[in-house]
Amino acid sequence: MIRVGVVGMGKMGLSHLSVLGAHPGVEVTGICDNAKYVLDVLGKYTGFATFTDYERMLAAAPLDAVLIATPSAAHGPMVRAALNRGLHVFCEKPFCLDPAEGAALAAMADAKRLVCQVGYHNRFIGAFREVKRLIDANAIGRVTHVLAEAYGAVVTKPKGASWRTQRAQGGGCLYDYAAHPINLVTWLFGAPQAVAGAALVPVFSAETDDQVYGTLRWDGGLTAQVSVDWTDTSVRKMTTRLTLWGTGGRLYADRQEIQLFLRDDGPIPDGYTPGWNVRYTTELSDPVDFYLRGEEYSAQIDGWIAAIAAGGARENDFASAVETDRTLEMFILNDGAVEASFRAPAVAAPKPGLVGKLMGRR
Amino acid sequence: MTGHVMDRLLFGDNQFFGINHMSEEKARAQAMRFQRTQAIVDVLDAALAEGVRTFMCTTHDRVGEIVAIMKADPAKYGDFLFYPGMPYAHKYANAVTEDGYLGTLKRFLPSEGLLDAAFRGTMSIAGKDVEGLITLLVDAEMKMFDGVKAPVVFLQNVVVDLLLGLRFKDAFRIFADHVRKRYGAEPGFITMNLPLLLRALEAQGVENPIVCANMNKIGFRMSGGWDAYARAMEAYPCRAIAMSIYASGAIPPAEAIAWVAAQPQIESMVFGASSRANIRHTVELVRAADGARRAA
Repeated sequence: MIRVGVVGMGKMGLSHLSVLGAHPGVEVTGICDNAKYVLDVLGKYTGFATFTDYERMLAAAPLDAVLIATPSAAHGPMVRAALNRGLHVFCEKPFCLDPAEGAALAAMADAKRLVCQVGYHNRFIGAFREVKRLIDANAIGRVTHVLAEAYGAVVTKPKGASWRTQRAQGGGCLYDYAAHPINLVTWLFGAPQAVAGAALVPVFSAETDDQVYGTLRWDGGLTAQVSVDWTDTSVRKMTTRLTLWGTGGRLYADRQEIQLFLRDDGPIPDGYTPGWNVRYTTELSDPVDFYLRGEEYSAQIDGWIAAIAAGGARENDFASAVETDRTLEMFILNDGAVEASFRAPAVAAPKPGLVGKLMGRR
Repeated sequence: MTGHVMDRLLFGDNQFFGINHMSEEKARAQAMRFQRTQAIVDVLDAALAEGVRTFMCTTHDRVGEIVAIMKADPAKYGDFLFYPGMPYAHKYANAVTEDGYLGTLKRFLPSEGLLDAAFRGTMSIAGKDVEGLITLLVDAEMKMFDGVKAPVVFLQNVVVDLLLGLRFKDAFRIFADHVRKRYGAEPGFITMNLPLLLRALEAQGVENPIVCANMNKIGFRMSGGWDAYARAMEAYPCRAIAMSIYASGAIPPAEAIAWVAAQPQIESMVFGASSRANIRHTVELVRAADGARRAA
């Protein structure tokens, strides 16, 4: 039995708590939130030991590991406190708002040989795993360009302040939404060397961004366009998409399906044919023992718990999350920077000549 | 306990609200097609003409519009049955992110100043007692079904499965008791984790429950697989509705229905379709498969 404490009883914290509660290899030995009301209801009806103070939970509850699902600005100190006590850590995304702090924590976790993971659940979706497998196998040749998108209807009107409306607290479309497609791209190709043309656009929010656009550049010439908008009311729930163009074909994926076009003069991966190939989630998803909202949420927790119990490789370690954090920071640094501009030269208007006459100018 | 007899075939609503577990493109095309409520009613009319008269639906706002249309024509829709499934989780999930838990409760609780609702709400919040809150939220969601027949009322899988994992005490029993007492209806539970649910319902004293879960030939989204499902239904008697019988289109229709029809534990199946031809095709396949089973 792995003994786990959970801090942060928001939407993600509750969802993780449910997945952990159903896990046969886990005993939840403490839950923590500073909202006493929610904590008291949970304590009364679930029997989990409750704590309003994180340090007290670490000191008093018998723990092997903690899951941290608090506002992002609190991640760093909470992770550090857990590592200091020799606890394995699962932390929600984004990892740390300051990538230097994230890198220090990643080094600390490695030195202490603790199993640490960040909640980028898209890496556990069958369709995106197949994308990773195909790209690693060079299925579409040399990849030249990627379009990484995410859309959803989260902020659809001006609203009151909470941590999610302030960038300094880790709120906003960049940290909350764009982090997902960017994390998928860094999974496939590593961290980009530069971000250009970043636009962090407020639409309804006063203190943070609601749309994120920009270009990622890698030294080898690869580019990726990021297009993310969480004010899009046309979609029912968050939709994350990747489209990749390569010298050998084109690959599209969302959480439900992949569409792969392969040139007929290149190598064809097993199970695929030249031309169009479509594969759906029904064949791409591995079953899980407990299902809540999607296989990926259980699969990422299963992976973390299995790695704690038996060691071995896992997805989304701290170091990989720092690559994403660094990329997010580059967006902030590049936002609004003028790379090249065009100013109309001040010249006299041309006299109407033959062309002008032909075009109807007088 | 009144024994409502469920029809063998129930009609689902995913196709009307842009939900398609296979393709986002297809989901969008369906959302466009069913933008007008009358387009949905036309398909329900086709189902009715093929003898499919039970509509298992979420408490989406637009279902309220369908109810209003049907209520206005009792001669045509007098036998039509609604099986509401609540809550429509997206509206609550977005509200929690925006307003927090207490703000969300305030937003969705009945606001018309009913003494009973105000009392249950205030006492519940003060006493951290979920019974009053659960019953109030059920009442808020049931309002749109005033005046039509709703003999089974479901708790949706996102909520059922969240509570299952939390090992939340009493919630299923509170829901079941309230649905029976207040609405004279049977409680139903939708889940992606049937074995776990059946154990929890027995522990909470909900007997012979109506449950609805994915049951399909390829085991798609059946936590533990068919063997675990069959064993659980053997151990804990229940009235089972199979959903996702086609596994989002991964199984050819005849093969999918032959498999479901051959499982004696499955009482009913729910399916979605957008055309009368497809509805009729499913009705005929089920009739043929059931006939073959009876003959054997």
